[in-house]
Amino acid sequence: MSLGFIMLCHTALHRAAQVARYWAEAGCPVVIHVDSRVSARAHDKLVRDLADVADVRFSRRHPCEWGSWGLVAATLDASETMLAEFPQVQNVYLASGSCLPLRPVDELQAYLADRPRTDFIESVTTADVGWTVGGLDRERFTLSFPFSWRKHRWLFDRFVDLQRRLGIRRRIPAGLVPHLGSQWWCLTRATLSAIVNDPNRARNDRYFRRVWIPDESYFQTLVRVHSTRVESRSLTLSKFDHQGKPHIFYDDHLQLLRRSDCFVARKIWPQANRLYREFLSGALADQPRAEPSPGKIDRLFSKATERRVRGRAGLYMQSRFPRDGWENGRTAQPYSVFEGFADLFEDFDSWLSKTIGGRVHGHLFAPDRVHFAGGETIYNGCLSDSAALRDYDPRLFLTSLIWNTRGERQCFQFGPRDNQDISWFMTMDPNAQISVITGAWAVRVFRAKGEFSDLRREAARLQKIESDHIAILRSHHAKARVRIWNLAEFLENPMEPLQTIVDEISPNALRRLAEAPRLADLTGFGRFIQDLRNQGMQPTLVGDIPLGEDPAPATNRRARPYLVK
Amino acid sequence: MSASGLSRLWDAWRLRHRRRYLLMRAIRRRRQLRCLANRTTAIRRGDILLFATMRNEDQRLPHFLDHYRRLGVAHFLIVDNDSTDGTAALLAGQPDVSLWFTRHGYKQSRFGMDWMNWLLLRYGHDHWTLTVDADELLIYPHWETRPLPALTGWMEDRGLPAMGALMLDLYPQGPVDSAPHQPGDDPATVMPWFDSGNYVMRRQPLLGNLWVQGGPRARHFFAADPRRAPTLGKVPLVKWHWRYAYVSSTHTLLPRSLNETYATDGGERLSGVLLHTKFLNTIVAKSVEEKARRQHFANSALYDGYYDALAQAPDLWCPGSARYQGWRHLEALGLMSRGGWV
Repeated sequence: MSLGFIMLCHTALHRAAQVARYWAEAGCPVVIHVDSRVSARAHDKLVRDLADVADVRFSRRHPCEWGSWGLVAATLDASETMLAEFPQVQNVYLASGSCLPLRPVDELQAYLADRPRTDFIESVTTADVGWTVGGLDRERFTLSFPFSWRKHRWLFDRFVDLQRRLGIRRRIPAGLVPHLGSQWWCLTRATLSAIVNDPNRARNDRYFRRVWIPDESYFQTLVRVHSTRVESRSLTLSKFDHQGKPHIFYDDHLQLLRRSDCFVARKIWPQANRLYREFLSGALADQPRAEPSPGKIDRLFSKATERRVRGRAGLYMQSRFPRDGWENGRTAQPYSVFEGFADLFEDFDSWLSKTIGGRVHGHLFAPDRVHFAGGETIYNGCLSDSAALRDYDPRLFLTSLIWNTRGERQCFQFGPRDNQDISWFMTMDPNAQISVITGAWAVRVFRAKGEFSDLRREAARLQKIESDHIAILRSHHAKARVRIWNLAEFLENPMEPLQTIVDEISPNALRRLAEAPRLADLTGFGRFIQDLRNQGMQPTLVGDIPLGEDPAPATNRRARPYLVK
Repeated sequence: MSASGLSRLWDAWRLRHRRRYLLMRAIRRRRQLRCLANRTTAIRRGDILLFATMRNEDQRLPHFLDHYRRLGVAHFLIVDNDSTDGTAALLAGQPDVSLWFTRHGYKQSRFGMDWMNWLLLRYGHDHWTLTVDADELLIYPHWETRPLPALTGWMEDRGLPAMGALMLDLYPQGPVDSAPHQPGDDPATVMPWFDSGNYVMRRQPLLGNLWVQGGPRARHFFAADPRRAPTLGKVPLVKWHWRYAYVSSTHTLLPRSLNETYATDGGERLSGVLLHTKFLNTIVAKSVEEKARRQHFANSALYDGYYDALAQAPDLWCPGSARYQGWRHLEALGLMSRGGWV
């Protein structure tokens, strides 16, 4: 019993010659088809190079444009040559000139001998394939494709549209159920000769001549007619990217290819000297035998496709700059924005930092400079504290910070005194957890020394900025996790909101807050608010702070029992 | 026709004129170049060609040539802009270098781009071309195991005509003139530090390119005026056609579709990094000269402060600086991407 190889070659013929010689010298007849678009000189050189090898034949040449009938015609002719010239051949393996054997031929032969009368060919009904390019699967068989997809894409598309609109359908010949699959197969002599000598061969050929990409469907469909046992998988390791182009293997894939335990791989980069040297040297014969498992290396390829198609969330860089709405994640990971807390509590930064066990920034968007945690002037990734650099592109400042500190949650203060350009971006970001005590800026105004008229003007300015900001946060486009209290509301029971926020930041460390942050001294605050009102300002964002009754610094004890889930 | 359709047509027309103007300029300025060594007959179909203008680079050249030969560059086409050191002699002696000489102004030649466009037009057609400066070392995903022909073959299969690369400023720890460097040394080992995450970018509507800025120079010299910070995005690797022209350094080209080296649908495109070895210990002396020659910026006076600061041999290193550990590290940091090339 013997195995024969058909090789379809069109470039890097010296590599094809190397592989053909390897197979032929291992006792496997080889029939080579050279694309008729290859120059006669190159073809003749290949013939000369292999002249000393006995069991090599060349079949009639056809032009093999991608997706064209020529590929099938070439395969059929080569099959006929193989069947006629090598009667001892019991299995025929279809390979390309850029295939490389990964395991010795006798292992493949033993593998086939263990599975007699089995045809290894990926053959899937059109309803079940998910990988077709161009969205055509069933229609490959029912429309006509006189124009090349590669060269005349526009005509190709228009002609498809036209046929769809006119409802033109080709009839699928009786007895054929369209199947698709990888072009690379290994068939038994019985099946292959049944296909080649099919009484309906002329009809089949006429039909498939006009099917789109017939090399992925001719044998795949007919094998269902003639085979007794179809093992629907290819013995050739071949990976495709999201555009349907084959991945190419290079020298650095050596270990990966070994691990796959597959018999043959394609496509190999013609200059991958190390791969050709290693795999054709025969040094691999003593490797342990194992079932081919292309799945072992799938992860690498699917991850690469994922990166190409979806990219890394929150990364903006020279070759990934998503349009609005196409980011697949505006920022790399969740972060927390606190508005008003640092005004109301004297030690909020350090309290929060202690509570969640991480660094907490001050006002990152402050007008004077970036207040990084710990007063750093340069932060992770060499982000500078220069306000001018930050304001040059506030979004990218924020996304860079979140990206640079992956794995460490960022918390920072924000308020109406800060650069507001970032408001919309944060509001639209599902990673943002924004907690706001509206009107808390009034505490700092109240505690500032100065002319009352100046304070009143400042208060009015801040209130205007904050209400614009709140309007954004309340927009129905908002995707951030937003919580808003007004100052009066918050002061009634500060522990509960704090507990909720902290729980959300570190959900695994559910525990009751032992200690509250220190509330600023609010003696006279009620009077101050009333004075603002008396001066004609309406501090609405502060809420209902009663006159005279100053908010009690009662927060050091828990206002009421807080039940943890 | 809609207003936006009209304005698109108008832009296309304008850019077409601009491109033709650039090509005419390049053709006229060819007379400024005197050929010292023309070995271009050795160029074969499919060869990868490198184009560069340089001046007084004998310090960097040995490693530069080594690096690009290792990547599979078959021929170097270099314009020597009036070097006074051993640059010309060194280049003239290389079997794979064709050399031209000029005394004309670098700035008046649009920073050498007129000369480059001419050589590209004359010799680059239908080749993959690399246009870089002497202080730029291109790396890309898998570069240590896959030479440029592997990359260009893959790009060609996928119909990608050009690859973008970020200029990544390398610097030493300590004053920039403190790290000793011998010709032939790999600058990336002498000054292995870089800024990993402070880059900003915006799309420029007319040319369609991404305008990338940031890095140590923005942080150290332009913190008060970030707009003036140097542009870091480049398109050094292009399958050339004689109709193409570089517009502003190798930052942008025409036709503008070549500038779209980035994905806007959330995915990542393949990109590389130009390791920028500007801050070699010769930088201090060079800055003094560059400031006097006023050849490097369109509005040179605005950059006097920059040169003065450089002449003081500043220390660009900071505790946040990252150390160069190879392309995988740069890719993990998000500075480049393999974009589906496994």
